[in-house]
Amino acid sequence: MAFVSGLRCRECSREYPGEALNVCDFCFGPLEVVYDYATISEVVSRDRIAAGPLSIWRYHDLLPASGEDPVDIMAGFTPLLKARNLGERLGLKNLYIKNDSVNPSFSFKDRVVSVAATKAREFGFETIACASTGNLACSVAAHAARAGLRSVVFIPSDLERGKVIGAAVYGPTMVAVEGTYDEVNRLCSEVGDNYPWAFVNINMRPYYAEGSKTLGYEVAEQLGWRIPDHVVIPSASGAMFTKIWKGFNELACLGLLDGVDSMTFGPDQNTVHHPAITTKMHMAQAEGCSPIVNAWTEGQTQVRPVRPDSIAKSLAIGNPADGIYALRVIKESDGSAYAVPEPEVVEGIKLLAETEGIFTETAGGVTVSALKYLAESGAIGADELTVAYITGNGLKTQEAVEGVVDPLFIRPTMGSFEEALEGRAAKVSS
Amino acid sequence: MGRQRVKFTFDGDLVKEPIIYMLGRDFHLVTNIRRADVGDALGWVVLEVDGEKEEIERGLQWVSSTGVRVDPISGDVLQG
Repeated sequence: MAFVSGLRCRECSREYPGEALNVCDFCFGPLEVVYDYATISEVVSRDRIAAGPLSIWRYHDLLPASGEDPVDIMAGFTPLLKARNLGERLGLKNLYIKNDSVNPSFSFKDRVVSVAATKAREFGFETIACASTGNLACSVAAHAARAGLRSVVFIPSDLERGKVIGAAVYGPTMVAVEGTYDEVNRLCSEVGDNYPWAFVNINMRPYYAEGSKTLGYEVAEQLGWRIPDHVVIPSASGAMFTKIWKGFNELACLGLLDGVDSMTFGPDQNTVHHPAITTKMHMAQAEGCSPIVNAWTEGQTQVRPVRPDSIAKSLAIGNPADGIYALRVIKESDGSAYAVPEPEVVEGIKLLAETEGIFTETAGGVTVSALKYLAESGAIGADELTVAYITGNGLKTQEAVEGVVDPLFIRPTMGSFEEALEGRAAKVSS
Repeated sequence: MGRQRVKFTFDGDLVKEPIIYMLGRDFHLVTNIRRADVGDALGWVVLEVDGEKEEIERGLQWVSSTGVRVDPISGDVLQG
């Protein structure tokens, strides 16, 4: 069973039953899940977690859907790799990569969609839906297939073929919308309000977003129930950023971290901050769509929406729903926010691939380039325990790195091969 | 009749314009503000708009044409 008491408005604190709702009827603020932490603290333990499946559902006590029969394509429990080569390049001795690009549909979205799909089935929905330019569409279609649900996926009509195929293969009803970014957004929001579907990031949003907490839990568990000194996280809506922070704080409050005493949750569960959680939260966005970073840099508490124009399309959210909450987390954690210049996004992808053998999509390039900046600027010390989150697979955005293809063309003879090899060696040494 | 929940974001001098009043006067829409934060250089208002569907459509298009940004209250739902 799920230990959920209901939903609560993040702005005015009005309470609602745990249904398929996402907005407060009174102030139109976002609704968040309210947990029964008193009961959770009685049942949850490290042993109980360790005995669970090797997926996000090992943390089912801390998720808003029942872990008894989840819609599970084995999302989560992805590798946490000690990044020795990249660390050496950046002067960081304690660097780890959380490689979430190896999820079943190749992005972290599987975590949030697994929770949303499970909840949708629990509520009796027969259709799950989303509006997406890539990762989310793939994940929704894949989970729907597993759950035996119908899926409807809205995509912009000019979406790259590779991304369309990656979602279409799972058999969703695919709707290609002609129109600008804003028009697609508005239409999908209207559809979400008018159709009896589980729209994962609209009426399922309170539950969906909670899936990202598992990125915090897993890193802590994989580090031996410790938290890092720094994390570097790519951000679009800001939801994942705030949920990783929430995940660390939940573990601390429940007494699951090494050497940390438990603490009661206050009335606002979403802003709880255990004093032992000293991780500095660093946000990474690409310069072509960096509304949250802009607000942070300008010292604003509000986020001014932008029109996205970035190579990092998976981060291209111009009007981030959780932007103001992410700003609060940066401040509370004494973290930072950095907008990566667009040309450096590809540099980041290449740097990670060449040093650690991990091929990430553009969002990962943003993370690695931001990490490089933070290391070079001294914001992260050489010995500090640092985790960089890589949230999507490079096979999804191959066009971004087309320039790396530069083979040696030879005739099928040893002479031709050796000549070409010498030529390349000479070119490299010059 | 129709109803829409929207967020207006006002940048710069637009903060001083009586946009919401004009939406009611010129498009016969009933506006109901639920939450707002208006500063010197940036402001936003979350509101519900009631009226004829066509007038809501025309009215919101007019608001956009003034330079005020009009968004769904849930933020962008088109995700990567």
